[in-house]
Formats: sequence, structure tokens, C-alpha cells
Amino acid sequence: MSAKLSVEWVNPFIGATEEILSTVAMIEPKRGKLMLKRDNTVEYDVSGIIGITGEAVGSIALSFPKKTAIDVVSNFTGEEVLGIDADTADAIGELTNMIAGRAKKLFSEKGIKLKISVPNVVIGKNHTISSPKGTPTIVIPFESQNGNFAIQVSLVPNKSED
Amino acid sequence: MRIITVDDSSTMRRIIKNTLKRIGYGDEILEAENGKEALDVLSNNEVDLIITDWNMPVMDGLTFVKKVRSDSKFDDVPIIMVTTEAAKEDIITALKAGVNNYVVKPFTPQVLKEKIEAVMGLKD
Repeated sequence: MSAKLSVEWVNPFIGATEEILSTVAMIEPKRGKLMLKRDNTVEYDVSGIIGITGEAVGSIALSFPKKTAIDVVSNFTGEEVLGIDADTADAIGELTNMIAGRAKKLFSEKGIKLKISVPNVVIGKNHTISSPKGTPTIVIPFESQNGNFAIQVSLVPNKSED
Repeated sequence: MRIITVDDSSTMRRIIKNTLKRIGYGDEILEAENGKEALDVLSNNEVDLIITDWNMPVMDGLTFVKKVRSDSKFDDVPIIMVTTEAAKEDIITALKAGVNNYVVKPFTPQVLKEKIEAVMGLKD
């Protein structure tokens, strides 16, 4: 794999997102066009973020607008969710954890070993997630029957693990 | 049957509790947010089954399992790890640490039921 963020590094996260969200949240995400992120602004209200180490270093973020987050968490937990509170944030963190875990397995099958952190969740309208300088970030937008959302993959190969 | 479920996610603890009730194992369920808290709960309570996550702050599931297995009081309590860590090498690591069975999130109630029956010796 090259040092730049190629589709080989992004595809496992896309596959994991589609699989996990369709399985546990009963939504059928339709992937949009991949974009190289030029600034730090995220046009969403709730983000689950997981750090990645091992043969690549960076993070994955799963970001929703408020209404989509509420719908997704309602489907996931089987309980009606009325707003963004600590329980909703916890559920978004767990969904991010499941996506990162599934992507980790897909990388493992390609011989790439990664470690994932426990999730953090950011809540705030149009919040910003910064990536370290020199770490490319690919934004993958998705459309669904419950609204649009996105994942952001921010990774660089870790040469010390070669 | 008394079961302790160990997970830092309140959502997952709720989902596991609801699933255990649905599959007939909801009699008595204790909870802990991490391995350290679970060891505190176990110091005052006997349990028939431990269901634990892997990635948790304070004390992760793998460290927790090793501590449980090194204590003669709990060394024969069945442990099921319910985690997103689905890579083959992770499963081997968990089994070596003393986990009896392994469930990858997300899971169905049927899968959890079968794993519980297997570790409790309830299967034909």
C-alpha cells in the first residue's frame, strides 16, 4: 500500500459502515462520492470518533445530523429516542466501535494489523474535528431513508510497524 | 442464573440485558462499566456466568479475564466475551486468556443463547 490514503485504506470502513448500520439500525445507506477533506468543518451535529494505531495511525469518525442520529439510535436500541442525551451519545459511540471493529477484521484478513481505541463522542451543531497536519482525511458521504450522514477516515501508514 | 455483564457502553449493557431477558436468562443480572468495577462486584457476589466486553477504559476485558482466571474463587466461572474485536488473532488471544466463548457484535439473540448454552453445558 502507498503512503497516500488510497481506496485500499478506505474501502474496509465503507463496507463496515454499510454492513453494521443495515444490520443493527435497519437503514440502507447509499454511498456518495468520496471527497478529500480540505478543512476541518463537519456539517453534522453528532460524531463518534475512534483512534486507530498499529500498521496505520489516525482515526475514523461517524457523523450524523441530529434527526438522523435520533432515528438511527432509536432503531439500534429498539427504544424511542427523543433527543441527543448521554444515552444517545453512548449509542453513537458503540455504533462507531462496531464499525471500527468490523473494519479492523477486514484489514486483518488482508494481513494489516490495527488497534482501535474506545470511542469518544462529540455533540454540537456544525462542530469541527481536526486531523493532525499531514494526515489526509477522506470524507465518505452516505444517503439513507433517515437522512444523510458521513464517515471520515483519517489515516497514515505507520512505518515503525513495518 | 446470576449473570454479570461488563461493558463501558450503557447502550450495550441495556441491549445485553434485554436480550438475556428475551432468551430466558434475565433472572438476575449484575452490571459493571469496566473490569475493575466488575472485580469489585465479584468480590461481594457469586455469579454463574460472566459476559464481558474487551475494549473498556480503566481495566479492559482481557486484563479482567486474566485476573478472574488467576483467582481460585472464580477460575471455573464461564466467561463469554462480547466484543467488536473480530479478527482471528483477537479471538485466539481471548481464548488463551481464559475466555470460554466469543460473540462478535452485533449479535442476534439466538447466537447469544447458543453460546450461553454451550458454556453452561446445557446443549445436547
